[in-house]
Amino acid sequence: MAEKTITIKVLRYNPEQDQAPVFQAYQVPFSDDMSVLQALLFIKDELDETLSFRWSCRMAICGSCGMMINGNPKLSCKTFLRDIYPETVRVEALNHFPIERDLVVVMDDFIDKLERIQPYIIPAAPRSLAQGEYLQTPAQLEKYEQFSSCINCLLCYAACPQYGLNPEFIGPGALALLHRYNADSRDGASAQRMELVAAEEGVFNCTAVGYCSEVCPKHVDPANAVNQNKTTAAGNYFMSFLKPRGTSK
Amino acid sequence: MNRPLKRSNAPIFWGLFGAGGMLSALLGPVLVLITGLAVPMGLLFGADAMSYANMLAFAQHWLGKAFLFAIVSLFLWHAGHRIFHSLHDVGIHAGPGAKAVCYGGALLGTVIAALSLLSMGF
Repeated sequence: MAEKTITIKVLRYNPEQDQAPVFQAYQVPFSDDMSVLQALLFIKDELDETLSFRWSCRMAICGSCGMMINGNPKLSCKTFLRDIYPETVRVEALNHFPIERDLVVVMDDFIDKLERIQPYIIPAAPRSLAQGEYLQTPAQLEKYEQFSSCINCLLCYAACPQYGLNPEFIGPGALALLHRYNADSRDGASAQRMELVAAEEGVFNCTAVGYCSEVCPKHVDPANAVNQNKTTAAGNYFMSFLKPRGTSK
Repeated sequence: MNRPLKRSNAPIFWGLFGAGGMLSALLGPVLVLITGLAVPMGLLFGADAMSYANMLAFAQHWLGKAFLFAIVSLFLWHAGHRIFHSLHDVGIHAGPGAKAVCYGGALLGTVIAALSLLSMGF
């Protein structure tokens, strides 16, 4: 019996040489247990060494291999050829990001946003070694735990129509992480982060589409984080009128 | 963090949108059922339940005024916001003009509702 193959169409683009991105098709041997990432690795090793893409762990924990697969944002290591076969697999760089080369996108915008949300615990009061470790109840852990699973894979940004419309929007992933720190009982900086949450770049860009939460490979619910923060930002906005001038934060 | 951040005024519109959404979800369908079907077909409250005299009396009571004002105005703010944000989905790139029409329409409806209710007296 002849070996089964599957067609992989990859969007190729080298901004320094090419006028525009074009699809290139490759025939790759098909087996039941192959991921799209493995197919790309086959292409790189056996067919075309000029193909560029990011990858590392092969097990959905590093967040490197996000790409558009048949139009949906997916981790290529977690997407299997058997679920697409015998259809053609169409692979493109993540939506809403500039292409660095082929499937590699420029992440600078996200990295900048990640810095702006202050993604680390800022204690309300400094704590000395003598005071010992922080203790947290299971209920306190549960408040932020799911939001801490983010692997920065950017699938939610490729899914978010509002980020596509307005790249100034802080976006689902970074806001979910912001919420992860705000919701942590060890953190005391939610007032500091409120300035960004309530800003024009902040949560009110979201129109509750919810696709971000649907595509998240780690079952984080960014839409929930964003919408919880809409409520707190709205409360904060109206409360600010009740405070003396100059102190509204 | 060195870029200046401008506070968004969205909570006003989002608040009106949320309040209108809550109200329309809770009361919208039942109002259509009562005022559009049940009463005109004589299934509820008797034939003249929605006669001019009854409706005028309703709109002249302060509680009736408050109810009518909330229903008309908040439904409009909800619709304006939703339509504005849905324009993109039907391929219309919404600019300041679309914003003015959507929210301006809601504001106009609110003003008309308030003036009409006040002009009816108490």
